Amino acid sequence: MLNLYLFQILNGLGLGMIYFLISVGLTIIFGLLNFVNFAHGAFFMLGCYLCYALLAATGQFWLALLAGPLAVAALAWGAEKLLIRRVYHLPHTFHILITVGVALILQESAIMIWGPIGKSIPIPEALQGVVAMGKFAYPKYRLFLIGFSAVIGFLLWLLLERTRFGALVRAGSESTEMVSLLGADIYKLFSLTFALGVGLAGLAGVLSGPIRGAHPFLGPEVLGIAFVVVVIGGMGSFGGALAGGLLIGLVQSLMTTIWPEGASLMIYGAMAAVILWRPYGLFGRA
Amino acid sequence: MALLDVADIHSFYGKSHVLEGVSLQVGEGELVTLLGRNGAGKTTTLKSVTGVVRPRSGSVRFAGAETVGREIHEIARAGIALVPEHRGIFALLTVEENLRIAVRDGWWKLSDVYDLFPRLYERRRNGGNALSGGEQQMLSIARALLNNPRLLLLDEPTEGLAPVIVDEIVRVLVDIKRTGMSVLLVEQNLAVCEKLADRHYVLEQGRIVYSGSAAEFAADRSVRDRYLALDG
Repeated sequence: MLNLYLFQILNGLGLGMIYFLISVGLTIIFGLLNFVNFAHGAFFMLGCYLCYALLAATGQFWLALLAGPLAVAALAWGAEKLLIRRVYHLPHTFHILITVGVALILQESAIMIWGPIGKSIPIPEALQGVVAMGKFAYPKYRLFLIGFSAVIGFLLWLLLERTRFGALVRAGSESTEMVSLLGADIYKLFSLTFALGVGLAGLAGVLSGPIRGAHPFLGPEVLGIAFVVVVIGGMGSFGGALAGGLLIGLVQSLMTTIWPEGASLMIYGAMAAVILWRPYGLFGRA
Repeated sequence: MALLDVADIHSFYGKSHVLEGVSLQVGEGELVTLLGRNGAGKTTTLKSVTGVVRPRSGSVRFAGAETVGREIHEIARAGIALVPEHRGIFALLTVEENLRIAVRDGWWKLSDVYDLFPRLYERRRNGGNALSGGEQQMLSIARALLNNPRLLLLDEPTEGLAPVIVDEIVRVLVDIKRTGMSVLLVEQNLAVCEKLADRHYVLEQGRIVYSGSAAEFAADRSVRDRYLALDG
């Protein structure tokens, strides 16, 4: 029984790290650009399909893990140049309109290319099987997922907290005008940040592929959870995305054991509880 | 030729016509003040020079090149730095990060501004939100210097500061002037202006109503009575 809980806690951590990767991109984009990206979930879905397609074409999971997120980031970079930047100065409703449009294009494209029925993705050979710790055994791939996401999270933290680019992103979340006055090209910063944030969603998609497969309608579901995580953690907060992602991952995973019917409900329950306690989220600023 | 040549600019906030044909010049190595009552358009003039507000007509030439219509960061890179009225300190960044994001090649290095403001060195690991008003002003000036501009714009740098801090800011502005940097200073404190300036302009209701050298301004008491008296 204890092993079952341990199993679910590890599952929750893995799921939580996936949620973290998705949400941190959403929250960085919102923080710097004050832009609401409703296409975020669709880019995650695209990551899943790129994992499937690259694996099917080459059989190389590592290649998919590298090229998938880069391709998603490149697409996001192009979309930002072409469409997204035209609506930054407009109210949030316009952000939603244009990104829902982008999400629909991505979703329908996935259906046209890969069909309306989902694809399952094999676990890469090197990560098949279980790791045994005494009597307890846990799937290798899921352990890899937790470790790999943690490394990415740490690298991202270094990027945001220890580099000039990161300092500019944080500064820009306070005042883009002042950042421009110091001679930094804010438009370039916006493009890079958008590509980075969306690329992280793509990475989360590739990573979750071998567990959940690829499905054209993953976007809206994932987007909903990402917003819950961002609301719990606090808009624009890196630490908030991590704490919120892990919390939701653990709640969802443990509840499937304790009360399966209420697992989805409890995600929103957790959000409501956090908002009542801290209206701006765990790490939010007023 | 003047380093900065503002010619007949008209700037608006929405429909409100704030600058009604402002013209002024700042020469190489000159320190010029822009005086005037609250709401006269001083801050808007600085914003129009830096590109934050885009003048609807008129021209702003910097080092011979037109800046109206260019992006804010392009104007900044051409060599204009602004110390804004609200100081523009990033609260989420440490003091040192606030400085480092502004660093560009040139005469002023990080160690130079720490020499200029030892207090900032002591507080380099503090968050921008943990500074006093005086420290924020020092940081804002230090940051502008690290941009290594040819022209420094200051918007009321001594406003709301204790007299000791005002003296320190004045000392620093004297040092900055000695390096040959051109300065356009918006300031309400006349004593500060008279200590520093080569020339003065007075702005009223969006127009330049007086310009004169420091000596002319000092000799002509009627100017301050007419245009500046109510500021006290």
